[in-house]
Amino acid sequence: MDKQIEVVFAGFGGQGVMTAGQLLAYTAMEEGKQVVWIPSYGPEMRGGTANCTVVVSDDRIGSPIINNPMSACVFNRPSLDKFGSLLRKDGLLLINSSLIDVKSGRDDLTETLIPANDIALKLGNPKVANMVMLAAYVAATDIVSFDTLGGMLDKKMGKKKELLDINHRAFEEGRKLIETIKA
Amino acid sequence: MSNDANIIFERPTAMSDRITHYCPGCTHGVIHRLVAESLDELGLRERTVGVAPVGCSVLAYNYFNCDFMEAAHGRAPALATGFKRTRPDMIVFTYQGDGDLASIGMGEIVHSANRGEKFTTIFVNNAIYGMTGGQMAPTTMPLQKTTTSPSGRNVELTGYPIRMVELLSTLKTPSFIARVGVFSPMHIVQAKKIIKKAFRLQAENKCFTMVEVLSTCPTNWGITPIASTKWVASDMEPYYPLGVFKDYEEGEG
Amino acid sequence: MVKKLMKGNEAIGEAAIAAGVRNYFAYPITPQSEVAEYLTWRLPEVGGTFVQAESEVAVGNMLFGAASTGKRVFTTSSSPGISLMQESLSYMAGAHLPVVLVNIMRGGPGLGGILPSQADYFQSVKGGGHGDYQLIVLAPSSVQEAVDLMILAFELADKYLAPVMIIGDGMIGQMMESVEFPEKYRDESNPDEKDWALTGAKDRKPRIVKSLFLNPEELEINSLTLDKKYREMKKSETRHELYKVTGDTKILITAYGTMARICQTVIDELEEEGISVGLFRPITLFPYPEKELFAEVIKDNIEYILDVEMSTGQMIEDVERIVKGARPIDFYGRTGGIVPSPNEIKDKIREMLKK
Repeated sequence: MDKQIEVVFAGFGGQGVMTAGQLLAYTAMEEGKQVVWIPSYGPEMRGGTANCTVVVSDDRIGSPIINNPMSACVFNRPSLDKFGSLLRKDGLLLINSSLIDVKSGRDDLTETLIPANDIALKLGNPKVANMVMLAAYVAATDIVSFDTLGGMLDKKMGKKKELLDINHRAFEEGRKLIETIKA
Repeated sequence: MSNDANIIFERPTAMSDRITHYCPGCTHGVIHRLVAESLDELGLRERTVGVAPVGCSVLAYNYFNCDFMEAAHGRAPALATGFKRTRPDMIVFTYQGDGDLASIGMGEIVHSANRGEKFTTIFVNNAIYGMTGGQMAPTTMPLQKTTTSPSGRNVELTGYPIRMVELLSTLKTPSFIARVGVFSPMHIVQAKKIIKKAFRLQAENKCFTMVEVLSTCPTNWGITPIASTKWVASDMEPYYPLGVFKDYEEGEG
Repeated sequence: MVKKLMKGNEAIGEAAIAAGVRNYFAYPITPQSEVAEYLTWRLPEVGGTFVQAESEVAVGNMLFGAASTGKRVFTTSSSPGISLMQESLSYMAGAHLPVVLVNIMRGGPGLGGILPSQADYFQSVKGGGHGDYQLIVLAPSSVQEAVDLMILAFELADKYLAPVMIIGDGMIGQMMESVEFPEKYRDESNPDEKDWALTGAKDRKPRIVKSLFLNPEELEINSLTLDKKYREMKKSETRHELYKVTGDTKILITAYGTMARICQTVIDELEEEGISVGLFRPITLFPYPEKELFAEVIKDNIEYILDVEMSTGQMIEDVERIVKGARPIDFYGRTGGIVPSPNEIKDKIREMLKK
């Protein structure tokens, strides 16, 4: 792992981008890393674009604001337009291809298409698209282990068994997708 | 006269032994005494905190024999709220004039009453700003002359006097809201009963309690003390009727 | 100690409970409303209460009343709300009341915006209310430090019988970081221990909490008493942190709060380029670590000072006052909720080095 990793989760309000980022932050903290989770905030509580940044590091974290992050998971077109151009050279961009039919147009990024909503629908709950994406990101970067991630999911959402199961399956799907691409 | 004659009139324990700065003919002294007597008779003095306002009674803390806070102008109900919420076992009262309560402190009194804060407000209405030298108050009567309404209060430009008791009585939150006068011995006796009841309700942790007292200001009204008490009866009382407007103990008043 | 991942605003609420607070008064305002949302359920768990006031004017005055009981009390707000509390701050300073206020600063003047800002330095440090008074002002740069400074704030307030203000920006309130709380929380203070608290005049003379002194000699005594406290604070309470200040450091950055963290990234990145920049971060903005700053800037290797703020330049007036012309001082700042990026600051430093 790099000394410091930054990732942005961005989408419409309601797509669960904040939750995905928080779960990653909790998991990285559990693994003994320094973490910062910072949201965009504003009067547009619903329907507007929402994003959060997660910074994970072995050392004390300096700036919590990352102008040019190294990776991003974008859930809708406005987020691709915004963060596609901001990513650092050689960065990683995961695109929710269920809702976005274009790429960033850059040739200095690793871009992976994740049909997160389609997978979530197949699993029976469109709301777990965020977990498909999170799992894909974790599989692509090895930023945290799936064991810790799954354990943290149980800890944070462990109230409804059914909901928990479908979230775990979303993890598996996201992970499998990346492993297929890697293989 | 024998030495062991029964004492029938003395200074209440809740009042300090000090000469007040109030003008001759002002009724602050009478109202202070009614509050002090009530605290004594209910046995509350040792756990009472008063809140002094900005206005003529700014120095009220010198005249009461209990703990006191001195508030910013109009904010006494906010201080009382903060104190009472932190020490619900204590007795808290604010003592405020008409500029303090009905003008700059309108927000604080309305919201304290509406939250049902369990303190007592003594609201002294003499229809004028006394301490600052006789300017128009929100309770100044129509056509009443003051230093900022030298031709008399013009209701076309300044509206009508605010009736705080009626205004606060419209709030749904249970409370005890009354208006009394101290312009005759009979009125003073009645005022005492109502002020004491307000403190009793607070001591029983029942509700917000406020008693408006119609008062005088011979100095700034520019008339004699006797003429002043007459003016309260003839001009103020018809506009500011006396009585209990909302009584916790009788349900919705 | 257990590590928790917490939003700054919630951590501030929990820190207050750790410090023994049971009474909190506030009015909603972005970006600090989460403190009230947190404490509205958390305080009842520990037998406390939260009052949502009708305005920040009322909040400040509720604090006055609540602090007069001798118990620990506090509020949180953001810039426009803090403006409305200036009246009560002046009264509480004058009446020697220990209270803690948190300002999660947003852009101004006026309604401004809701994004991070450091434009309330003057208001906090140089007074905002009337009269001869100061606040102790603390500036955290992380969620953990916000917690630590909250606990310190209550101790300082009690020690000096004075209002203490913590100023953070929207980032401090909104970001989540791992944070640890003291294992042992403070017991609720016993108001009877304090010889000024209003507890009822039983078997003693009445006590009065006030800022009114109509006699000029008495008022002067009160002002001198306040001044004595401020002198003592200047002697004993300054706090600061240095980051990568070495014998090679050419440029010394002065910055506080999250701005200082961003400058740490700048310093790390420039170090890789072989440019040695150090950071002087005041943690107490009043009392300002004056001697400590002066001692650093007059070292032979220091050529320039760069003050960086999320304002058009407020703390720089203190830096200039302290440096007294011993070194040239440059400034970089952004406002309106725009946070200066490490790249912008690096460009500024490279430009300075060309001179």
